[in-house]
This record gives sequence, C-alpha cells and structure tokens, in this order.
Amino acid sequence: MNLGFLVLLPFLGAVLPPLAERWRFSRPALAWAAALLPLVALGLLWFHGRRVFSGETVRQLVPWMPDLGLNLAFRLDGLTLLFSLLVLGIGLLIILYARYYLSANEKAGRFYSFLLLFMGAMMGVVTSNNLLLLVVFWELTSLSSFLLIGFWYHQTDARKGARMALAVTGMGGLALLAGAILIGQVVGSYSLDDVLANGDLIRGHALYPLILCLVLLGVFTKSAQFPFHFWLPHAMSAPTPVSAYLHSATMVKAGVFLLARLYPALSGTDLWFFLVTGAGLATLLWGAIWALFQHDLKGLLAYSTISHLGLITMLFGLNAQLAAVAGVFHIINHATFKASLFMAAGIIDHETGTRDMRRINGLWKYMPYTAVLAMVASAAMAGVPLLNGFLSKEMFFAETLDSGQLGSLSWILPLGAVLGGVFSVAYSARFIHDVFFNGEPIDLPKYPPHEPPRYMKVPVEVLVTLCLAVGVLPSLTVAALLEVAARATLGGTLPDYHLSIWHGFNVPLMMSIVALVGGVLVYSQRHRLFALNDRLPRLDAKLVFEACIQSLARWAATVSNTLRNGSLQSYTAWLLAVVALVLVTSVTRELLAGGGREMLPLDGVALLCGGMLIVAAILTTALHRHRMTAIMCLSVVGLVVSLMFVRFSAPDLALTQLSVEVVTILLLMLAMYFLPVRTRRESSMPRIGRDVVLSVLVGGGVGILAFMMMTSGVDSISPFFLENAKPGGGGTNVVNVILVDFRGFDTFGEIIVLGIAGMGIYALLKDLELYSPRTDSLGRPWAKDAHPLILVTISRPLLPLALMISVYIFLRGHNLPGGGFIAGLITSVALVLQYVASGVAWMHRRIPGDYHPVVALGVLLAGFTGVGAWYFGHPFLTSAFWHVHWPVVGEFEVATAMLFDTGVFLTVVGATLLILANLGKLSLLDDKGGVR
Amino acid sequence: MEALVAIIIAVLVGSGVYLVLRARTFPVILGLTLLSYGANLFVFISGRLKLDQVAVVGQSADPTDPLPQALVLTAIVIGFAMTAFLVVLALRAQGELGSDHVDGQRDELSGEHLDEQRQEESR
Repeated sequence: MNLGFLVLLPFLGAVLPPLAERWRFSRPALAWAAALLPLVALGLLWFHGRRVFSGETVRQLVPWMPDLGLNLAFRLDGLTLLFSLLVLGIGLLIILYARYYLSANEKAGRFYSFLLLFMGAMMGVVTSNNLLLLVVFWELTSLSSFLLIGFWYHQTDARKGARMALAVTGMGGLALLAGAILIGQVVGSYSLDDVLANGDLIRGHALYPLILCLVLLGVFTKSAQFPFHFWLPHAMSAPTPVSAYLHSATMVKAGVFLLARLYPALSGTDLWFFLVTGAGLATLLWGAIWALFQHDLKGLLAYSTISHLGLITMLFGLNAQLAAVAGVFHIINHATFKASLFMAAGIIDHETGTRDMRRINGLWKYMPYTAVLAMVASAAMAGVPLLNGFLSKEMFFAETLDSGQLGSLSWILPLGAVLGGVFSVAYSARFIHDVFFNGEPIDLPKYPPHEPPRYMKVPVEVLVTLCLAVGVLPSLTVAALLEVAARATLGGTLPDYHLSIWHGFNVPLMMSIVALVGGVLVYSQRHRLFALNDRLPRLDAKLVFEACIQSLARWAATVSNTLRNGSLQSYTAWLLAVVALVLVTSVTRELLAGGGREMLPLDGVALLCGGMLIVAAILTTALHRHRMTAIMCLSVVGLVVSLMFVRFSAPDLALTQLSVEVVTILLLMLAMYFLPVRTRRESSMPRIGRDVVLSVLVGGGVGILAFMMMTSGVDSISPFFLENAKPGGGGTNVVNVILVDFRGFDTFGEIIVLGIAGMGIYALLKDLELYSPRTDSLGRPWAKDAHPLILVTISRPLLPLALMISVYIFLRGHNLPGGGFIAGLITSVALVLQYVASGVAWMHRRIPGDYHPVVALGVLLAGFTGVGAWYFGHPFLTSAFWHVHWPVVGEFEVATAMLFDTGVFLTVVGATLLILANLGKLSLLDDKGGVR
Repeated sequence: MEALVAIIIAVLVGSGVYLVLRARTFPVILGLTLLSYGANLFVFISGRLKLDQVAVVGQSADPTDPLPQALVLTAIVIGFAMTAFLVVLALRAQGELGSDHVDGQRDELSGEHLDEQRQEESR
C-alpha cells in the first residue's frame, strides 16, 4: 500500500522550491511550495498510522534487483511511525522557521531543496524493510547532510565542518554496508523481517562479533558517539534550522534508530552490553562536561546533543526491555526539547547578531516571551519535574540501578548517570541564567534585541507545548505512540511500565534531586571551572582531523607518484611481473593436478614446421633492432600459425590468418617508410636480464597452462551449436553460423569496433605532418624502380580473379569454410596489391572517394538486418532462411544471415582499406600526385 | 604434439613479452603481434587438438569445437585493427614528438648516434 510514497514525496518535493524560486514566487509561497508534499506525506502517514495503532505492520514490496536480494521494501510499524512523525513533523516546523530565519538575499529555494532531499533520505532510512535499501538511504542522509551543513559554502568553517561530517559518517556508512552484507550472508536474506526474526541465528554465528562491530561503527559515527563525536560540534557551522533538524530529530537519531531497529537481532549479548553501554556512558559524560565549557550557544547545544545521544545509546546497551522503552521515550523527548532549543538559539542569534554567551546576557528584558519558551525547553533538558525530560531521565536512573551486569562494579553505571545528570543540569542552568539574566548584554552587534516575528516563534511554541503536555499528562499524550514504538523495537513483547510523574519517594527520585542540586552547585562555581579550563591545553578536533586528512593525501600522492612515474616501460614491466607471479603461483599448483587426455602422436612435418616457427619467433626477438629482418621473421611466424590452423581442423581460421598476415606485414612495411630502420642499442644489461626473466616466466607459465589445458578433458557447450547449426541457422559451416547467427550480436559489436578503429586511424592520420624522408634512416636512397613492371603486369589480371574467389568464398561461407570476414580480407588483399604494384595515385584515379562510406554501409546493413527481425516480431538479429531452386545451380539456401554477412564483408573491406590507403597516402604528401 | 604446441605458445608469448618491454614503438608493435598470435592459439587450443575433424556438419564424425574458432576468427581481425591503430599511433607520436620512444622522450639526434648506426651497418 503506497508506503513508498512516504519516501518519494519529500524527494519529489525537493524539485518544487527551486522552481518556485525561478518563477519568482514570494517567500511565503516558497515556504508553502516546500511544505506542500511533506504535508501530503504526513496525511498519508496519519492514514496508515491508524492501522499501526491497531497492532498491524504495514508492508510494501516492489522488486528492484531481487537477484541481489535488494528490493524496494518498506514497512510501517510503531518505530517507523514514531520516527516518521518526528522527521515529517519537525521537518515541517523547520520549514516554517527557516522562512523567517533565512535572510532575503539567501537562496531559500536551494535550502529547501536540500532540506527536502535530506527529509526523503531520512524517511527512506526509517521505512526501509530491506537492509541494503536502508544502507542506500543511510548514505543519502550523509550526502544530503553534507549539502546542508555546507550550505554557507563561502565560509571555510562550513566547508570544513561539512567535509568532516561526510568523511566520518560516510566511513561509518561503509562499515555499516559491510555489516549489512554479513548479516545478509548469515541470515540468507536482506529483508528486515527475516533479519529481525533470526536474532538467535545471528548472535550464535561465528561472525557475530565482526557484524556487531561493523554495524556499531555505522551507528556510533552517525550518532556522534565517543570517540567519533568530534564531527558534530563542527557541523554547527550550518544554518541554525539545519542544526535544529539534523541534531534533534534526524541525522544523529538515525544512529540510535538503527540501534532500536536491530535491537531484536543484535542485542542481548555481553559484547553488545560492553560496546554499546561503554560508548554510551563515555559519550554521556564527555558531552555533558564539555557542554558546560562552551561559550557558543550552539556549541553548548551540540555537546548536550552528544551527551543525550550517549544517554539513549547507553539505555539500548543495557540489554533490558524497560531500558529500551526508556530509550525510545528519550528519543521522543530529546527531539522535542532539543529542536525547540536550537530554534530558540537561532532566534537569539538572529536578534542579537552573536552566539557568544559571554556577550549575551540579560535578554529577559528584551525578549521575555522567547525567554519563557527557551527556559521551559532547557528545564526539560535538565530533567526538571513536570516536563518530559524528567520522565525519561527518571527511567534512565532506575535502569542504571537495576543493571547488575558489571557485577561488583555495577555502581559505576548509576554514578556515571548521576554525574551526567549533574552536568546536564549545570549546562541547562547556564543556558537559562547566562543568556536571559546575569546582568546586561555586552557589545551586541544588534542592539537592542527584540522579539522575533510572530510566526518564527510558532514552531518553538508547538514543541514546548509538547514538552509540557508530555511531562504533565504522559498517559494521555505520548503513551499510545510510545507503546507501539517500543513494541516494534522489542519485537512484539512489551514489559510492564507506568508513565507517571510520581512513583513515590525512591532512589531514582533521590538521584534526580542530587543531579538538580549538584548541577546548580557546579554552575555556581562556573568561573573557577572556566579558569581551570582555560589553563588546559587546547586540542582542536578540526585541526587534528585536517592534519590527518592532509597527511593521508600526501602519503597517497607519494605512493602514486612513485608508481606512476610516467614510464610506459615500467608500467608494462609491473603488469607483466604480476602476471608472472600469478602464473608461477597458480601453475605450480596446477602442475600437480595432471592431465589425462590422450595425446596426438608427433610427426616429422609438425616437428619441422614447429621448429621453423620457434626459430622465427626467437629470431624476430633477437634481431628486432634490424627492423626489416624482424618483419620478415614475423611473417614466417604468421604463416606457420596459419598452417597450424590448417592442421588442427580450422580452415576458416587458416584463411583468415593468412590474409591478415599479408595486410599486417604490408602495414608494418609502410610504417618503416617513416620510422628508423634500426633500433639503437639502449637497454642496459640488468634491464635485459630482467626482461628475459619476465618473458621466460610468463611464456613458460602460459605454455604449461596451455599444456595442462590440452591434456585435460573438456565439457563444452559446443554440441548445441553442432546440432542446431543446420536446423536453426540454415548452414553447415558451424563456425560461420556461430558468427552470423548464434553469436551475431557479438559479431555486430566486433565489426563496429573494426569500424571505430578505422575511423580512429583516419582521425590520427589527419593533419599529421610527417617528415617524408628521401632516404631511409641510414641514408640509403629509396629504390628508383618504385613499380616494377612484372609486378604491375601480373597484379592487374589477378584482381578480377581474386575478386571472383572472394565472391565464391563469401557465398559458400555459410556451408563450407569461408564467409564475410574471409571474403572481405581477400578482397582487401587484392585491392591492396594494386596499391602496392601501381601506386596510391594510380588507384586513387580509379577509386576516387574514401572508404568511410563503405564501413558505414557495412555496419548499417548488418544493423538493419538485425532490426528487420523486429518487423516479423522476433528478437534483434533472429535469422530466417529459405530454400530457393535456382536454374542450373539447383537447390540453394538463402538466409538473412547472408545479408548480415554482407555487412561484415563491407565493414572489413572498408576498414582495412581505410587504414592502408590512408597510411599509403601519407607518403605522397611531399610529391603530390607523383607516382611512387 | 600437444607438447610441441605448448612450446610454440610459450615461445610466442615469451618473445612477445620481451619485445613489449622494449623502449621503442616498433619492437613493441612486433611484440604485441607475437603476443596476439600466442593468445589466439591459446584460445584456439581450448577446443583441444583434433586432426581432420572440420566443424562442418556432415563432413566429420567427431567434429572439433567450433566455438573457440569463432572467437579466434574475430580476434584475428580485431587484432589486425589493433596493430594498425598502434602503428598509426606510433607514427603520430613520431610526428608530434620527433621520437619513437614509448615514454615520449625526445631524442637528441646527435651525429654521434648516426655515426654509430652507420658503423653498425658497415659491420
């Protein structure tokens, strides 16, 4: 049921504000454009929410990549409902707030667009019913929060803060991805339904510690848990609405959301307790203590956010159901009071022009209404009775008392909790006293401050009212939502708990009183503490982080500059060394395996030819500095290779190899016209030694591999081709039928590559100015007799004969060795012979024009043959064939594959001649039109 | 016979590797040509060696594997296009840089060098 729309709507909504901005809508209209689709989503949520309250879990599944286990699967249960309400509800309040916060010259459209992107990503995280999908949205939140934190990208702080947040949370996201994949491997499914139902399987698995560490790495980086908390204070360089959104209800809550989501699957072990509770407690204390020492209003809130996230994390770590309920409850409470506090801080910043608490004092006189709102929210943060923060903090104290998992050291938890509470009260007191009282404001950029616009206060009012309502009447307000959310977190069961203000005079209440009194005492001693703090050495996380990043970048640069030294020779050597290593390590293992297939007997002819080839190949290498000789030796190698094809039942290959050999040698000879005929001796002996070792290793390895392959049995798919060539493809030459029919699409691709190579060569040769030498590089003049009479005389009558053979080879190709490739090559050779014998100019007079159209025609013909099959309702390149009775010739088969083969033929002819004729033309540049 | 073919492939690949590691474009092109012979043969023999068993329906009792042949056939043609491209690239480099060194180093074409070449020629 349309759950996907909950996620899709904010994403769609992200398009509207920039459009509205382009169409020059007024600013209220712009805010409305941003709020429209989230409102619709909220309505949709309300519609589904009723079913969730009746105990149902709504699911939707759209297959995306089912083979990978990745589906667009969404779920709406209590936990999702709670988070969706926070994300959408607070998001809408933020939109309203931002309309007044952003100044007139700021790009509000861009801001709203980023905000909605982020909202959509968050909705994706909380509604995903598939682990992989969740990770995708998780990364999207990192990316979109990067855009939001860096919204004021002209400020260095904003850029650095955004980069740090992205680096830390992105790194955690990668760890989470690894963890999610491992969970999927263990459970056999990425569906959250399956994962949550198989908690015992995961906890019992050998990989559990690794999985837990990876997932927690994702959670802790996102939720700014110690020691990954350092990015959060630096993210405060974002506009305040962003901070209010990211650090109350969304970004950092994604981490604790995942803790809650995977609670049934991962919790309940000692490892979970130590890691999660440990990190939570450390974060709680660290954040609470440092919050007091922040002079920046938002800095204080940032550290208090860290501290409260630690509290929530710790609650989930306690492995007690009641603690998890308290955790969920505190998520709600923290979101409401922290969002309103951030907004209040934004109002103060907006009205006074500064956030420095040493300068902002005594605002009570100037903005009493805002002061009341901020004071109520701070009191909730401190855990003052009759406010929501008190309720969940009370539960927190009770849970730390009940946990006996540390044995005789169990007193550490309540002690830490109270200490955190003390500092929490202290910094809340500072937020109230230092800002609204404590004398007169000092040197404010904007003086006198006054109340903000009416509607800028509305979001704060709404949230503060919620704090009060939940705090006074918990059972009437939040109880139902908390119940479904906690039930979903715990996987169905729910412990017995009572939401009420008065539980009697018990230890938790004592702890609360101690925290309140202690907090006020600590605050009263603040000047001494500040003085002490000023004496401590400063450690700026940003500087450390930047230094780490820069040294990493320097190290990467050093490594890549060492490896990438600009020498192709050394790259090739490295590459081949790796090949040699793989061959040596794998082949030595293979050697022991042994073959088993019977070998063919060796005979004299084979030995002779093989010997010729080996000698020729070695001579090519040994004499490579005498380039002409090397070409001659190379041609011997090529000819013997084609003889090998003849011997081993591959006539098609032999014909192809033979004709390619001719054109290749011609090509190399043409190149010799411009290049030195000698290579100078420049390799040092160690270099030669290294290269010989590499070539022996690689060559030997490949040889052994080849031997092992030839002597082992084979299980080929080829019987299919052999059986179906005639009935399916209408031809008996299976190789050709594979080329033009079974694997026609591959061949189509290959002729396109051939065409591209031809065009590429044409482009490279264009405008190439080569020094056309009168002599070769040794100073010998070229032969006077450029076109020997006998060659010319013999070559001309050969042309029609060669073309006729080519046609013959082409026509019989489907049934006997031959076909488009071979016919094309033969035609090319025949034409090239004319170029060689009679000269480029002579040929140019007879075949004006160039060869590009031939290549294009060939590719198009082959393509259209394939497309033609669509016309008859078959897939691309399906071939058809008919039997035609020709007079004289008799029964003849006509297949559409022949048309395709014609395309192949034309492309081969076109490309080959394009290459050779253009290269040949180069030699004419210095004596235009002259016969050479 | 299999051993001979394996040795042939080993020699082709080995010579190719040695030439590919040389400093000038022309030997590298020769090396790549030898390497591609070796590679084509290697793919070809994955269908195993058979004598006189052409893969034409009705002409042989136990036809050889046609699939590697089809693969190699196109590989030969593409290999030619590749070689041609490299040759032209080498020419272009020669034209632009005045050198045929694979690392794009310029030569100081000193008279000494030419003398050295002539001496070698006369030997």
